[in-house]
Amino acid sequence: MKTPRYTEIEGRSPGFFALMAVLIAIIGAGVISAFIMHGEGHIITGMTNRIVWGTPHVFAVFLIVAASGALNVASIASVFGRTVYKPLSPLSMVLSMTILAGGLVILILDLGRPEHLLDVPLTQFLYNTMPERWTHSVFGWNFILYTGFMFIVGIYLWFTLVKRHNKYAKTASMVAFLWRLALTTGTGLIFGFLVAREAYDAAILAPMFVVLSFAYGLALFCLVLIPAYAWTGRELGDVIVNRLRKLLGIFVAAALYFVIILNLTNFYSAAKADGIQNFLLFGGNSYSQAFWIGQILLGTLAPLALTLLPGFKSRGALIIASLLVVIGGLSQMYVTIIGGQAFPMDMFPGKIVESVIGDGAIAEYSASLYEILLGLSGIAITLFLAVFAMNVLRILPESLADKDIDPHHSA
Amino acid sequence: MSQNKVDQYRRQFLAQASAVAGLSIAPGVILNTVHAKPADQAASDKNRWGLLIDANKCASNCNKCVTACHVENGVVPAGKINYKTDAQWIRKVKLTDRQTGHVQTIPMMCQHCANPPCVDVCPTNASMKREDGVVLVDKHACIGCRYCMMACPYNARSYIHEETTEQKYPRGKGTVESCTLCVHRIDDPNGPIDPACVEACNAEGHKANPF
Repeated sequence: MKTPRYTEIEGRSPGFFALMAVLIAIIGAGVISAFIMHGEGHIITGMTNRIVWGTPHVFAVFLIVAASGALNVASIASVFGRTVYKPLSPLSMVLSMTILAGGLVILILDLGRPEHLLDVPLTQFLYNTMPERWTHSVFGWNFILYTGFMFIVGIYLWFTLVKRHNKYAKTASMVAFLWRLALTTGTGLIFGFLVAREAYDAAILAPMFVVLSFAYGLALFCLVLIPAYAWTGRELGDVIVNRLRKLLGIFVAAALYFVIILNLTNFYSAAKADGIQNFLLFGGNSYSQAFWIGQILLGTLAPLALTLLPGFKSRGALIIASLLVVIGGLSQMYVTIIGGQAFPMDMFPGKIVESVIGDGAIAEYSASLYEILLGLSGIAITLFLAVFAMNVLRILPESLADKDIDPHHSA
Repeated sequence: MSQNKVDQYRRQFLAQASAVAGLSIAPGVILNTVHAKPADQAASDKNRWGLLIDANKCASNCNKCVTACHVENGVVPAGKINYKTDAQWIRKVKLTDRQTGHVQTIPMMCQHCANPPCVDVCPTNASMKREDGVVLVDKHACIGCRYCMMACPYNARSYIHEETTEQKYPRGKGTVESCTLCVHRIDDPNGPIDPACVEACNAEGHKANPF
């Protein structure tokens, strides 16, 4: 196998500027929405005292989960020794950082008082040397995991790109791999440790988020890789495309397994079966539609067919499969996050609970335009930063043609 | 023995049983006389504040505790009443037994839990429990992430969705708040005073809230 030659993408064509302009416009719309939300308060959103995490969280958690998954290509190459993926490692690292950045920007701009983050002495709560003062907050632990991920992947990228540091890249890749597992586990546990709500309170959410991240991250990776090669006129061989296609299929299948186990567990509990499970899966509401149509049909079964059935070999099929995985991922987050809050908590078992604020009743939620724009801007930030990085850093191999990456390839 | 006498015994028995039950469901609560705490002294764990509610005495058509709380603490909606987004430090909850159909109402507010989940999940320690058991939110440290609202099993917390008006105590748009157990009354320089809801309830003659 030849050592790949990495080059920047050329950044002067009208197509490049058009793409960046569109992304900047979406980012601008999202940032303006966030400022309006901050000025007026969340009263102008669809969020209430019952649905406290709305559409921005759907996008943010999806991106944060996908971020660690995008690093997989690098991990497979380095930790698991599949050298065919090696040329894609730098893109995988950069993408994992930009996706995380996109998710975090949404999360921060959706806070009621983001400026208080600057006032809070994080050192006092997060990096304290006295264990008894360490925070119990899973969200607090995630602060450490997010910042640590950026730092570690940054170092890993540096070791990979600078030749004289290459010898340390293997160690860095192992640290990054373990860290990304911790990060997605932490994200899953934000929900998994919420004992108050029936939809959550399940440790399986942590490994499930890890496996979901494999699929979501790889889908976003394919959605960046294939257009990047097509639009810059670089060659992308069938070997790598077919590998990615099969890998995506396997990840989607593994995610389906966890989704089935989680739902079977919930059905096994009589209280949950009649309550939250019935509501989310058979309630005839937007959540059951998002589950069956968004998450299962479009987000799982269709991509499985497009990736694993022999008839679909084109790049277009992989692009569509990846897009569908993203739609499925957003649907899954919608069902998990908003559906999980909409169903009332069983505050007094054995009693019908009623009150003016809707205790005991299904909470209503409809997303506002502000929330949707903020969510979409997170994806735009991800892509903008990724394209910018490809423009200034040498992370994209000049050719991924079969003969350049596969030593056994015969034309 | 006449029927009346049986009823009398039964009543006595029930009264004694509920007294025992009341004490056993509130372990560690020692009702004693508490003296005023100097303003410069931190809350201590010598007193553990709590609220006992006798649900049997709570009148279904009465909302006095809610009104009293919201007047006392300046928790009034900025515009038209919107129960979905307005702050509700205390609310009346109607409970209907699924088997017997027995109906009760109770006031519902922050339970000032011994192990509050809101405090556990808060990433900035804005949600905190004082030494004397009062659970509060530090508005200056709250980043408005609403994780505590996700964790609270009683829907007891409210997010401030819009600019507040007629503030009496610090409140802030974009932060989370809930019942403070009228901490300003507890810390009164002349000695602890009953919270506004308790005072209103007692004045009404229901005496549902011995503090």
